[in-house]
Amino acid sequence: MQRLGDVPEGATARCPRCGGLLRKNPRNGLERALALAYSAAILFVVANSFPFLSFEMKGEETQTTLATGIIDMYNQGKWEISLLVAFTIVIAPVAQIAILIYLLTPIRLGRVPYGLPFAFRVLRHMLPWSMMEVFMIGILVAIPKLMGMASVIPGIALFAFVLLMLVLAGANAAFDPESVWQRHEAAK
Amino acid sequence: MSAPGATGLSISCASCHECGRLCRLPHGGHSADFETLCSRCGSGLHYRKPYSLQRTWAFVIAAAICYVPANLFPVMTVISLGDADSETILSGAIYLLTNGMWPLALIVFVASICVPIAKIISLVTLLISVHRRSSWRPADRTRLYRATEAIGRWSMVDIYVDTILVALVSLGNLATIEAGTGAVFFGAVVVLTMFAAESFDPRLIWDNCGAES
Repeated sequence: MQRLGDVPEGATARCPRCGGLLRKNPRNGLERALALAYSAAILFVVANSFPFLSFEMKGEETQTTLATGIIDMYNQGKWEISLLVAFTIVIAPVAQIAILIYLLTPIRLGRVPYGLPFAFRVLRHMLPWSMMEVFMIGILVAIPKLMGMASVIPGIALFAFVLLMLVLAGANAAFDPESVWQRHEAAK
Repeated sequence: MSAPGATGLSISCASCHECGRLCRLPHGGHSADFETLCSRCGSGLHYRKPYSLQRTWAFVIAAAICYVPANLFPVMTVISLGDADSETILSGAIYLLTNGMWPLALIVFVASICVPIAKIISLVTLLISVHRRSSWRPADRTRLYRATEAIGRWSMVDIYVDTILVALVSLGNLATIEAGTGAVFFGAVVVLTMFAAESFDPRLIWDNCGAES
């Protein structure tokens, strides 16, 4: 059992027994998380609508977007992988961005959003499955692998994707669930 | 500011799995037909995650079984001008190594071969230590659990590499890459080990360690 006083701004409280995180209180957490969530939403649209990578071999060129791999995997009969990739780099990040905006916008304006516990629960279960930083490493491994065969040309979406990854990580770091829960409790 | 020696269990309190609020649990906690709900978010309250050990064992064993075909079957086949060339996870890492891309070989080797094995071994170690009511270095075992939880996602690298290659290299007869059965099993290993880590309740480690520190 730990009794926690107010955690000072920018500090974290940890369990004295196992060292686990108990509470964090990021500086301007609410405003920062909200601003970064909106940036992430814009970057997500860019990352998914422009060409991601192009591949050129003996005059023939294939252009891909993020969705191409998911569709091709499905067409090759590997729907399990298709679903897994779609979930981890499209569905989970979209849910994460949308829920952050849905929760934090009304709170910033002094209201409590409808259905907060449900939205929170979805967010908490989606977080481990949002894997854009892992996808980034996948790109780093995949491109040199093809260099021997042909040339790979990075597209605009790739840069948007790198930014999206950083922005979303920042939004997560600035987001303090406990402060949102306390507002929910106060409004009841 | 702490109450030394007291745990949630000893004073009939449990923190909510969903929102973290500390709630009083009357009637000795959960039973099959009666559930106490969190006063803040309305989700079910439990002292420990229900059936934590059984669920974790089930996921770990399933992951260990899938691990075998994941490594034996090819993860992808490169078809170039009529030649088909299959690649397993290990041969993919070796290919990178022999072509002078050792940093990438290292990434693939760590993420796709070391991480899944390390996860399965550390979860089995934690499960056995809880079953044996071990009081051996609980803080370190908790750290091991947190590390296991954190590294799991990085195994997905191989799945993403396959997906990107399949998407980029589809030039008909000239060159095509097809995903293999191994990739499906490998994806299953990653998902199952992530579920296993999520099912395990690290507080079980501390339940046999008495009240001291």
